[in-house]
Amino acid sequence: MNFNPKHILGIKDLSAAEIHFILDSAASFKEINSRQIKKVPTLRGKTIVNLFFEASTRTRTSFEIAGKRLSADTINISASSSSVVKGETLEDTAKNIEAMHPDIIVMRHSASGACDYLAQRLKCSVINAGDGTHEHPSQALLDVFTIRQHKEKIEGLTVTIAGDVTHSRVVRSNIYCLTKLGAKVRVAGPRTMLPPGLEKLGCEVYTDLREAIRDVDCIMMLRIQRERQGKTLIPSLREYARFYGLNPENIKLAKPDVIVLHPGPMNRGVEISSQVADGPHNVILDQVENGVAVRMALLYLVSGGEPLQQN
Amino acid sequence: MSTESVEILDLDGVNRALTRIAHEIIEKNKGVENLVLIGIRTGGAYLGEQIQRRINDIESVTVPFGSIDITMYRDDLASRGHLAVGQTDIRFNLDGKRVVLVDDVLFTGRTIRAAMDAVMDLGRPQSIQLAILIDRGHRELPIRPDYVGRNLPTSRNEQIKVDFDEQNIPRAIYLLKG
Repeated sequence: MNFNPKHILGIKDLSAAEIHFILDSAASFKEINSRQIKKVPTLRGKTIVNLFFEASTRTRTSFEIAGKRLSADTINISASSSSVVKGETLEDTAKNIEAMHPDIIVMRHSASGACDYLAQRLKCSVINAGDGTHEHPSQALLDVFTIRQHKEKIEGLTVTIAGDVTHSRVVRSNIYCLTKLGAKVRVAGPRTMLPPGLEKLGCEVYTDLREAIRDVDCIMMLRIQRERQGKTLIPSLREYARFYGLNPENIKLAKPDVIVLHPGPMNRGVEISSQVADGPHNVILDQVENGVAVRMALLYLVSGGEPLQQN
Repeated sequence: MSTESVEILDLDGVNRALTRIAHEIIEKNKGVENLVLIGIRTGGAYLGEQIQRRINDIESVTVPFGSIDITMYRDDLASRGHLAVGQTDIRFNLDGKRVVLVDDVLFTGRTIRAAMDAVMDLGRPQSIQLAILIDRGHRELPIRPDYVGRNLPTSRNEQIKVDFDEQNIPRAIYLLKG
């Protein structure tokens, strides 16, 4: 098959075959990152704008490196230094950037649906780098890529995602991604952090972390968002750590070859103990490494021209 | 489809051509020292393995073999829907090596241009040579092969098909007239 999407806005719109195609492409791009000369001419002459209305180090750097390794010109715009603080609307900001003819805009925004909104109004491609509590497709793809790298398949695995599910775009994208590929997904967290209707997305819901991680293949811990709602939904970080933190004791309930993922940045001692974060089960830095390859694949796939008819 | 298909080389013909190419590679390089084979995916990679096997039969030395995918180096990416990118698998250093690129059909030369750029990004070989099973003409770049299985003048609307069996061993070569 071949897959030439115009935008990447979320996992929800993708089929299992398209997800596998992205992952296979990422596997091809991964090889470049271990070369001495880490650059291919594939996107020469293309301009990529990283438009980040929310703070981000990992994702923005990852997209920037991905673009540069494909020889594209990447430009970063962050909200704190932009005209947003001067009162410009999202559409005006985007239209102004579009007037400079970029080929791809990679955007993060605090409003759910902001990327869809722009994609309908701009001529260039839009890649969602996280919109509100909606989706974060590149994160889910790199998570699944990392799981596939360690487990060699996704189908039939049981994956537990634990933490603040309500406010996590990473969870939503991961639930779509993992269930489409045939994995069983469990979500766990305190009641205040579990939105209603999770069962409808095809996952099992737990409020006891110990039960949730029993005999699972993968555990994905979510960050307690201290700067956002995290504080008001739980009595204290210490209590949260005690009941919902992953530590060397409770991890024994999972399969012996369980892998532990975390989208970062980690709160050591809160949702994950340092022993687990640095322990033999963690694949957290693999996730970061694979993130570049996955984002190279996304940039490559959205920047194809109109497909020529074969022959 | 009213495509007419003519057999250019049968199984014996393909095998003789590959064996001759293997001998010529050894002769021209005065042995196999510093020699490496790189097949251009996918057809060239299958043929490269065959040439590696034949060099081993003659010299009792297994020369390093790798495969290269040139999709990321194509010059027509902007004008067409992006193709699936395949994996490059070269597990040895290319610095100072005599690289023999292997491909099935040589046509415009644009694939070879891309392959040479891809090889250069992986190291600094001492030389790059080109082995081709079928040279069908119509070059658009100053590229010529060092080893040729068969020269076959074609018209632009004809196609060459190299037929591989389930083990990726070449079986026959056909000319398809459009």
